Amino acid sequence: MIKIFKKYENSIYSFTAILLAFLVGSILIHLSGFSVIKAYSALFDGAFGNVFNLTQTLMNTIPLIFTGLAVAIGFKSGLFNIGGEGQMYLGAFATAIATIYLSFLPVYILIPLVLIIGGLAGSAWGFVPGYLKAKTGAHEVVTTIMMNYIGILITSYLLLKYFKEEGPIPQTALIPESARLPELVEYSRLTWAIFIAVFVIIIIDIFFKRTELGYKIQTVGENRSAAEYAGINSNKMMVLSMMISGFVAGLAGSTIVMGVLHRFITNFSPGYGFTGIAVAVLGKNKPWGVLFAAILFGALQTGGITMQLFAKIPMDLIVIIQGLVILFVAAPILIKKLLRK
Amino acid sequence: MQEILEVIFNINTFSAAIRISVPLVFAAIGGVFSERAGIINLGLEGMLLTGAFAGVLGSYLTGNPYIGILFAIMAGAFIGFIFALFTIKFEANHVVAGVGLNILMLGITTWLMQILWGSRGTSVNVTGLGEITIPILSSIPILGKLFGSHNILVYVMFIIVIFSWIILFKTPFGLRLRVVGENQEAADTLGIKLRKIQYTSLIFSGVLCGLGGAYLSLGQLNWFSMNMSAGRGYMALAANIFGGWNPLGAFGASYLFAYTDALQMRMQALNLNVPNEIIQMIPYILTILVLAGAMIRSRPPAGLGKHYKTNR
Repeated sequence: MIKIFKKYENSIYSFTAILLAFLVGSILIHLSGFSVIKAYSALFDGAFGNVFNLTQTLMNTIPLIFTGLAVAIGFKSGLFNIGGEGQMYLGAFATAIATIYLSFLPVYILIPLVLIIGGLAGSAWGFVPGYLKAKTGAHEVVTTIMMNYIGILITSYLLLKYFKEEGPIPQTALIPESARLPELVEYSRLTWAIFIAVFVIIIIDIFFKRTELGYKIQTVGENRSAAEYAGINSNKMMVLSMMISGFVAGLAGSTIVMGVLHRFITNFSPGYGFTGIAVAVLGKNKPWGVLFAAILFGALQTGGITMQLFAKIPMDLIVIIQGLVILFVAAPILIKKLLRK
Repeated sequence: MQEILEVIFNINTFSAAIRISVPLVFAAIGGVFSERAGIINLGLEGMLLTGAFAGVLGSYLTGNPYIGILFAIMAGAFIGFIFALFTIKFEANHVVAGVGLNILMLGITTWLMQILWGSRGTSVNVTGLGEITIPILSSIPILGKLFGSHNILVYVMFIIVIFSWIILFKTPFGLRLRVVGENQEAADTLGIKLRKIQYTSLIFSGVLCGLGGAYLSLGQLNWFSMNMSAGRGYMALAANIFGGWNPLGAFGASYLFAYTDALQMRMQALNLNVPNEIIQMIPYILTILVLAGAMIRSRPPAGLGKHYKTNR
């Protein structure tokens, strides 16, 4: 019995943390004068109630897989990358613009190429905080947040100055048909991007489990001085991990442009970059853990809209649950104490 | 060029910067106390937001903005205590817990705003803090313009800056606090009441953020709006580092940030050929540069971010 408990210890803690978050959430719902059952059933129904809702949940899961992975990759080297939001904006913008100039290419070259361009743009945005951390020690949480603001402003500036489509909405023209990812279910906006996301999970999993570079990055994250002692250049590893992290966050933006919006629009994100933090923390920074956490938060995001529309309960409940999950998962001792009772 | 220089050296820019600096200064000194006690405090952002909300709530319920300040202080103290509980007692990773707290408080304040006032954007208008004019000071030319007429929290801020510096560097409590931040084990061996000092510092840190938040909602405006702290907590953390974990330095750094922000706003109004988005970036770029520059020459408390189990 104890053996089984030990094996699944982490999962049990995470599961308890989620339950606890929903429990605290239900107290808040009740105190605010709403029905807890109505709130949570609307949330569940909105996320999984029918095929369409399910496709919307998966559609919302895709960017969270990327941004969650991005945070997890940063954590592997001991860095907390909160810059996913800015890196995603850069990726989205670069992809949208690249499709305009590269539309003459055949699809099988165009699609991978513009994805890589989006990733590289995100990577450049991740490089700056990584480099500053390695060279000066500037705390990456502060610098990545500042880079978020700068990224959102700079894409908005470039859009308005050079690429804005005629009309009142600040957005680019539609990207060419050939650069759009095909839909899996008609009218759902759930596209092949889900396979790209799973493919990236597999790659990152192999990278950290099977490659020397991945191993070196993790060693730096676990014990920087030990890594240095073993001859690993920890500064280089930190910069690299921020660049890989930024690349993956950039893909979140690219796939949204290619699969969902079909153009770049200012302020398109409902905070996917920040939800990625909760996803990574809950997923324990493990690539497959990130997948499950992303589905949970994708479902909350989708269900939250139904809850607000039909049960008239503010969808900010899901932000509260996100915050609680992060706090509870970050404090395993609290959960241990509760479970022992 | 002439126009730009006029804005840069204009007394109104310096005076506006004082107003803008207030929430940053409060939160940055909150950061000083917390980090000197060994706790990395990224929760400053959420604490500021909580203070801003509680301030408006207090004024809304009683019609008296000074009761609003009291609400903000109590709410700040409470959140400071909760943060201490997680980072000290439950040994949560400080950085993760801080970010979790910020997301949680963003959710809770936006939620409560909708329950109470039915809007997701802004609250109803409440009574804000009035200006207090200091008789003789306000009639002196430059000083009068800078310090003569502000609301009470601006004066409180100046007192707090000096008061915290004295506590930290001139009292036995301050000495103990600094020892805790450097080396918890050594502090424990010396018989210092480690936990009591850490909890006190974090609660004080919350109180300061409460005051800073109240200034945002009741001093600068007279309502609360969603996410109204808008990254100031993170800037304050950078100001605390740039200021060398010292209240006077934190004040100087916050004022520098505030000054660039004031400049940025005035430059936008000038209709220069520089696009507004680029001008708006200046404070963020400055924060990054200042942080990178500061980290090269200063050193954080040695025990920052570490967990230590005491047997007492």
